[in-house]
Amino acid sequence: MSLFPRRQKTGCNRGWLDFGRALRAALCSLLFVAATAFAQSPTNMFDPAGTPAHSIFDLSKLVLAVTLAIFLIVAGLLLYALIRFRSRPEDAGSEPAQIYGSNQIELSWTVIPILIVVMLFLTTARVILGTQAIPKPEDAMNVTVIGHQFWWEYRYPKLGIVTANELHIPVSDLAHPTPTYLTMSSADVVHSFWVPRLAGKTDLIPNRVNTMWIDPQKPGLYLGQCAQYCGVQHAKMLIRVYAQTPADFAAWVSQQKKPARQDFSSDPAAAEGQTVFMHNACISCHTVAGTAATGRFGPDLTHVASRDTIASGAIDNTPQNLRKWIDDPDSMKPGCLMPSMHLNNRDLDAVTAYLTQLR
Amino acid sequence: MKTANAIPIDELGETPWTLPYRGTVGMACLIVAEAAIFTIFVVAYVFYIGKSLSGPTPAQVLELPIFGTVCLLSSSITVHFAVSSLRKGNLRLCTANLAGTVLLGSIFLASTAREWYHLIHDEGLTIQTNLFGTTYYSLVGLHATHVVVGLIMLSLVLGFALAGRVNREHAEKLEVLSLYWHFVDAVWVVVFMVVYVLGR
Amino acid sequence: MSTTYGVEAIDETLAIHAGRPPLSVVYEWITTVDHKKIGLMYIGYALIFLLVAGVEALLMRIQLAVPNNHFVSPQVFNQLFTMHGTTMVFFVGMPILFGFGNYLVPLMIGARDMAFPRLNAFSFWISAFGGFLLYFSYVGASGLYAAGSAPDVGWFAYAPLTAKIFSPGHSTDYWTLAIFLSGIGSIGTALNFVATIVSMRCKGMKMSRMPLLVWLYLVTASLVFVAVSPLTAAQIMLTLDRYLGSHFFDTQAGGSAVLWMHFFWIFGHPEVYILVLPAFAFANEIIPVFSRKAIFGYPAMVAASVGIGFISLSVWAHHMFTVGLGATANTFFVFATMVISVPTGIKIFNWLATIWGGKIIFATPMMFSVAFLFQFLIAGLTGIMLSVAPFDWQLGNSYFVVAHFHYVLVGAILFMLFAAFYYWYPKITGRMMSETLGKWHFWLFLIGFHLTFDFMHVPGLLGMPRRIYTYEAGREWGGWNMIVSIGAAVQAIGLLLFVYNLVHSYFKGKVAGHDPWDAWTLEWSTPSPPPAYNFAVEPTVNSRRPLWDLKHPDDPDSDYE
Repeated sequence: MSLFPRRQKTGCNRGWLDFGRALRAALCSLLFVAATAFAQSPTNMFDPAGTPAHSIFDLSKLVLAVTLAIFLIVAGLLLYALIRFRSRPEDAGSEPAQIYGSNQIELSWTVIPILIVVMLFLTTARVILGTQAIPKPEDAMNVTVIGHQFWWEYRYPKLGIVTANELHIPVSDLAHPTPTYLTMSSADVVHSFWVPRLAGKTDLIPNRVNTMWIDPQKPGLYLGQCAQYCGVQHAKMLIRVYAQTPADFAAWVSQQKKPARQDFSSDPAAAEGQTVFMHNACISCHTVAGTAATGRFGPDLTHVASRDTIASGAIDNTPQNLRKWIDDPDSMKPGCLMPSMHLNNRDLDAVTAYLTQLR
Repeated sequence: MKTANAIPIDELGETPWTLPYRGTVGMACLIVAEAAIFTIFVVAYVFYIGKSLSGPTPAQVLELPIFGTVCLLSSSITVHFAVSSLRKGNLRLCTANLAGTVLLGSIFLASTAREWYHLIHDEGLTIQTNLFGTTYYSLVGLHATHVVVGLIMLSLVLGFALAGRVNREHAEKLEVLSLYWHFVDAVWVVVFMVVYVLGR
Repeated sequence: MSTTYGVEAIDETLAIHAGRPPLSVVYEWITTVDHKKIGLMYIGYALIFLLVAGVEALLMRIQLAVPNNHFVSPQVFNQLFTMHGTTMVFFVGMPILFGFGNYLVPLMIGARDMAFPRLNAFSFWISAFGGFLLYFSYVGASGLYAAGSAPDVGWFAYAPLTAKIFSPGHSTDYWTLAIFLSGIGSIGTALNFVATIVSMRCKGMKMSRMPLLVWLYLVTASLVFVAVSPLTAAQIMLTLDRYLGSHFFDTQAGGSAVLWMHFFWIFGHPEVYILVLPAFAFANEIIPVFSRKAIFGYPAMVAASVGIGFISLSVWAHHMFTVGLGATANTFFVFATMVISVPTGIKIFNWLATIWGGKIIFATPMMFSVAFLFQFLIAGLTGIMLSVAPFDWQLGNSYFVVAHFHYVLVGAILFMLFAAFYYWYPKITGRMMSETLGKWHFWLFLIGFHLTFDFMHVPGLLGMPRRIYTYEAGREWGGWNMIVSIGAAVQAIGLLLFVYNLVHSYFKGKVAGHDPWDAWTLEWSTPSPPPAYNFAVEPTVNSRRPLWDLKHPDDPDSDYE
C-alpha cells in the first residue's frame, strides 16, 4: 500500500532530486539561523556565565550525547525495519513467520537500559550535591529576594540597602570567588527566579525560604524573568542582574546607602512634587528612606531614578514613561496591582519631577 | 456474518468457568479509591501536626472517644453476623443484626456530634481557628460523611428486610455492602490512632 | 445472517432502527446503558471539546507569534491557557480514551456489556455535566477582571494563587467543581473497567489470553483509583479554604503552598500515564495486524505495562525540582523517573521486534502508528533530559517542557488516537474511512505537528518561560514562535480534514464487512456495526488470537502459548 495519496504518475523522477536539494538547503539555512539565535540571545542557557550554569551545561552535554545516541540507534533500526520489511505485491496471501518472543532478547534490552540509567543517575546525583549541598562561605554576599505580584524586592541585610527590580552584584573571580547568595521567599504567591545564563531557576514560595547562589564571572547585564505563573502580569515580571566590577559595585553601594534626597531648594518643581507625594496615598505603599513614606507593598523608591527601567523591567525609565505610569499603571501593565492615583496634570508633572531626582 | 466459536477441541469441558463476583470487585475498587482520598487527608493532618500558629492544641481539647469507637467497631461485628445469617437463610436474625448495626452506627454519629458541639461551643475550635481545626474537622467530617452514607444504605436494606423482601439470594449483595461498612470502620481505626493517639 | 459451525444469528438491529422519529432516537441515546453507545457519546463529546480547545490554542498561538503582541489581553490569554489545558486533559483526553475502552473492552473479552451498565451511563453524564460547567464559567462567574470570567489559574492551579484573596469571584470554583465531577465520572468508569475485565471475560479467556489492550485498560483503570482520588481530596480542601475559611493552603496561617503541589502532582503524574497507556493499548493491537505478526513478547509487555503503572506513582516530585525540596528528595525522584524509562523502552523495543520480519502494510492506521513510534521515542528522550534535575532547573517551566509534553500528548497519544479511529471506524459504523483523505490528513498533520513541536523546544532552551501572554523582543524568541504558530494552523487544517473524513465516510464510505483488516481479536468476529447484544453465543477462546486460530486451523496460536 502506498505511503502517499494516490495521484497521477509523472514522467520522470527529477522531482525527488529537486526535493532532496531543497531539503538540504532548508536544513542548512535552518542551522545557520539557529546558530545565530543561540549566539545572540541574552537568555541562552547554553551560554553560561556563572558556575551553576556552567555545571548544568556540562552535564547537559553528556545527557544530550546519550539521548542522541539512543535516538540514532533506535530510530535507525526502526527506519531500517520499515523499509526492509514492507509488504510487496508478491506477499499477498501469505503470512510471515510468527515469532512470539525471546527471553534472551528481552533480557538484553532490559539490562542495557538499566546500565545507562545507573550511569546517568550517578552523574546527575553528583551535580545535585555539588550545587545544592555545598556549605555557604562566611564572607559570601547575601541578598534577600522577596517576590511580589509583579515585582522583585532586593534587600542587602549586611549593607543596609533596599532596592527593587534591578539586582546589582559584584562579579566573582574564579581564583578568589565572591558568589552572591540569594535567600528567597514570597510575599504573596509562588514565583520563580530564573536568569538562564547564571543558574537554574529556584522558586520563591510564601511561608518558605529557599536559597541559591550565583557568581557571574564577567561584568554585564544578565536578563531573566519570573518562571512560575503568578497572576495576570507574570509575563512582565522581568529580572535584570547587573554584575559589576568591585569598584563599580562599591560606588553603587555607597550611592544606594544614602537616604533619599530631600533638599529641593534649587528645583521648585521637584519640591512641589515631594509635597504631593507625601500627601497622597503613595506613602502607604512605597518607601522613600528618611521620609514619611514607609510603605512596603510596592517597590522602594529611594533611588528609583538610578534604575534603567520601571515596572520590573517592562518599561524604560524615562520621565515620559514615569509620568504615564503614575497616571494610569493599568494602561501600561494591565492588571498590575498599582492603582491609578488620579492626579491632575500639574501634580503629575510635579511628582514626576520629584521622582526623577531620586538618584 | 460469522460468530465467534471454539475450535473443535474444547479444553474447558472439564472445569467450570467461574470468575469473581462483579459486585465484590466493584466494591474493592471503590474502597481503594476512597482509601486514597482518606490517605491524603491523613497526610495533611500529620503534616500539620504542631504547625498551628495559634489556638488550641489537640492535647488541650481532645478526649479519647472510647464509647463511640466501641460502638462503631461493634457494628462491624453485627453487620458480619447479618451477612452470615442471611447466607443461612435466617431472615429474622439478619434483620436484628442490621438493626443493631444501624443503631450502633447512629450512636457513633451522635457521639461525634456531641464532641463537636463541645469543641465549638466550649473550646472555640472551628475549621477556621487554626491548622489543627482545619485538618481535624475535615478528616473526622469526611469519615462521618461516609458513615452517614453507609447508614443510609443499611437503613434501606433494613427497611426491605422488615418488609420481608430480603432473602438468601441477596446475601452476596449484602456482603458487598458490609465490605463498605468494614472499610468505614477500618478508616476510623486509622483516624483514631492518628488524631487521638499520635497527634495529642 | 449466516451460519458457522451450525449457529444462527439473526440481527434485527437495523430493522428496528429504520425510519424512527428523531425524538425517539434522541431519547434512546440519552437513556442508553449500552456500552457501545456510551462509548460513542464519550468520543463525540471529546471531539467537540478537541475543536474548542484547539481554537483556544490557535488564539494563543496568534498572540505569541510575534513579540509584544496585542491580539488578546493578558487576562484573556491567562484564561485561554487554563481552559486549553483543563479541557484537553479532562474533557478530551480522559473521555476519548474511556470512550474507546468502553466500546472495545466488552467486545474484546466476549462480553455482552460492561459490568455495571447504569453506572456507565451515570459516569458519562456526570463527566459531561462537568465539561458544561467549566464552559459555563465564561458566562456565569464574576471575576475581578472585566474581560470574562473563566478560570485563569493554570490547569494545575497552584496555591496560594487560588486562594480567595488572589482569585476572587467564582472562576476558580468552576475549575474545581468541573474537575471534581469529571473525577467522579472517571472513578466510576474505572471501576466498571476493572469489574468487567475481572468478572466478565468469556470462557477460556484467562488473564494471560486477554488482548494487550484489555491489560492496558486494566492498569489504566487501577491507576485512576489511586491518582484521581488525591486530586479530589485536594479540591475538597481548596473549596473548604475558599468558602469555610480553612487553612490547608493558607500560607498566612502557616499553611503550605508546597502541600498543594505534592497533592496535585501525586495526581498529575499518574494522570499522564492514564492518558498514555491507552495509546499503548491501541499500538499493541494495530501494529501487529499491519505487520502481519503476533506481538513480540506478550508477557514482557504485560510486565512492562504493570511496571509502568506502579513506578508512575513514585515520580511525582520531578515536577517540583525547583521548589527546594533538598538534595536527597531530588535525587530520589531523579532515580525513580529514570527507572520508568526502562519498562517504557522495553515496550518500544517490543514494537520494533514485532515489525521486524513482518510484512508491513502502510494503511492509514499503520502510518499514524509508525509516526507514534518515532515521536514517542523522542518524547521519552526529552523526558530523560528533564529527569536530570540540574538540567530541569534550567528547562523546567519553560517552553522546553511544553514541547515535551505536547510531544507525548499530541505526537504519541493523538497520533495513536487517529490510528485507532481509522482502524476501528469500520467496526463501529460498517464503512471504511477514505484512505486518500486519510493520507492527506496524515501528512498535513505530521508536517504541522513537527513545525510546531520540534521548533517549540528552541525558545525553551533560549530562556522562554511558559504561561506568558507575551515576550520581549531581543530575546531571539520571535522567529521560532512564528514557526510554531504556523505549524498550529497546518495542524488545524489536517484536523478539519479528519473531521470531514469521519462525516463523509459515514455516508459514502466503502462497506466494510466484519473483518476488513484481517485481524485476530474477538471484535472482528461480530458484524459491523455489532448488534446490541454483541455476540449471539458467548465465545470460547483457546489462545490470545482466537481469529488467527480460526483462520489458521493448521497452525493455531494455542500450540505455542
